[in-house]
Amino acid sequence: MAALHFNNVTLGYDRHPAVHHLNGEVARGALVAVIGPNGAGKSTLLRGIVGILRPLDGSIHLGGLDSRDIAYLPQSAEIDRSFPISVFDFVGTGLWRGTGLFGGIGKAARGKILGAIGAVGLNGFENRPIGTLSGGQMQRVLFARVLLQDASLIVLDEPFNAIDSKTTTDLLALVKHWHGEGRTVLAALHDMEMVRNHFSETLVLARGPVAWGPTAEVLTPENLLVAMRMCEAFDDTAAACAGDDISSRAA
Amino acid sequence: MLYDALIGPFTEFEFMRRALAAVIALSLAGAPIGVFLMLRRMSLVGDAMAHAILPGAAVGFLLSGLNLFAMTAGGLIAGFAVAILAGVVARSTGLKEDASLATFYLASLALGVTIVSIKGTNIDLLHVLFGNILAMDDQTLLVVAFNATVTLLVLAVIYRPLVIESVDPLFLRTVSRAGGPAHLAFLALVVVNLVNGFQALGTLLAVGLMILPAGIARFWSRDLTVMICIAVVAAAISGYAGLVLSFQTRVPSGPAIILVATMLYIVSVLFGRVGGIVRQLFPGRHLEA
Repeated sequence: MAALHFNNVTLGYDRHPAVHHLNGEVARGALVAVIGPNGAGKSTLLRGIVGILRPLDGSIHLGGLDSRDIAYLPQSAEIDRSFPISVFDFVGTGLWRGTGLFGGIGKAARGKILGAIGAVGLNGFENRPIGTLSGGQMQRVLFARVLLQDASLIVLDEPFNAIDSKTTTDLLALVKHWHGEGRTVLAALHDMEMVRNHFSETLVLARGPVAWGPTAEVLTPENLLVAMRMCEAFDDTAAACAGDDISSRAA
Repeated sequence: MLYDALIGPFTEFEFMRRALAAVIALSLAGAPIGVFLMLRRMSLVGDAMAHAILPGAAVGFLLSGLNLFAMTAGGLIAGFAVAILAGVVARSTGLKEDASLATFYLASLALGVTIVSIKGTNIDLLHVLFGNILAMDDQTLLVVAFNATVTLLVLAVIYRPLVIESVDPLFLRTVSRAGGPAHLAFLALVVVNLVNGFQALGTLLAVGLMILPAGIARFWSRDLTVMICIAVVAAAISGYAGLVLSFQTRVPSGPAIILVATMLYIVSVLFGRVGGIVRQLFPGRHLEA
């Protein structure tokens, strides 16, 4: 049973495709890297998966998952860091699925939150306002929240951008831990070395899919060159895509 | 002597007791709303909304006189109409939302003042613009208390999604659909409390008892819960001191309340524990770690 099934998915903005005709499956428990140049549609694809962006065409099946079974770490979270909320409370929002609007945070939940904060190496930061954290510490906090979400599908958008090597190592260990627990993990990445060493499966994206499969076979200079040549700009005068399913275009 | 000045007016006159009760009810409900307005960077939106509700409240006033219930209903309708229209114009034309809101609230203010002055007297106009908390009757006081109670109950219900939506809206969108309704409910609470402040402070100052205490609280705490408590206390103190000031000096009650709040605000800006000016100028020796 696949965790994710892409059926001729086209995602984009204002009718312009940013991800074009993607087909394929992500197996349950897979650890997939999504790579490609800037503007290749990596973030757009991830936004489509978590349901923030509706496909222009085609469909994404979540293999029986609810959208709440997905934990999503956006690239530049729209987090208001000046809001007076403590690390503890912020990480605690990861328990939303269990607590909802009114559920209390009991002793067990408090233990879980403290455990998650400890797991990302932020012991002692519980009462700090999030506004006082460094970039790397904030990223650890976000990982702690993903940890608490206890999701079977975890979607990370360039999680190691502008993060030092120590933090990257720690957080990468967490990603592999999730993989070990049988969770499906998708991560948009730029560091080829990391992808080669730690991710078993890779999707090379350049608007359309360039290659998808085991990392060793996919991550070739030829594929990367194809991806690099992708034209970034939208063509304002582009005609309707003939590759579309006729019936869906009529609708 | 001191008793005569500070407590005497309230034991002696019933209208002072009513005014005090009203101002405490306004503080309990309005100050927490003000804290959220400030944290969501909507302070001026609150101000604009205060003017936007004027035509609705004015029509309510024309139809049934100084009846807070009719004015509340009219104000709610006008407030939502302006909020929605501004949103629609912003979304369909690319004009920024604050720009279109500014247009609508100016138009509303002009329309409201026109409506009141066509039918009412200058006294009425003064009353609508600046309120008169000393003229509060039992029925009005009950409506104010009712609105405050509803505000606190609704705020309790939407508190968690409202906080999360303020910090990390994208996250809330991925885990729940409560964000949109919570935001709308919050806007409704803003309007309800503006209309509530109407009778006491008038359309021009109604937002004052919401925003000024929030600004004061920001200088004393980094914790949301504490901030809300400080804001409520600051609002209540301003209300009480403003009433005493107004009683002793014949300054109109609404401006007196806001002026006291302004004094507290200035003191907070200067001496506040969190980012106050004096604290910044003389921070003390830096710490070891």
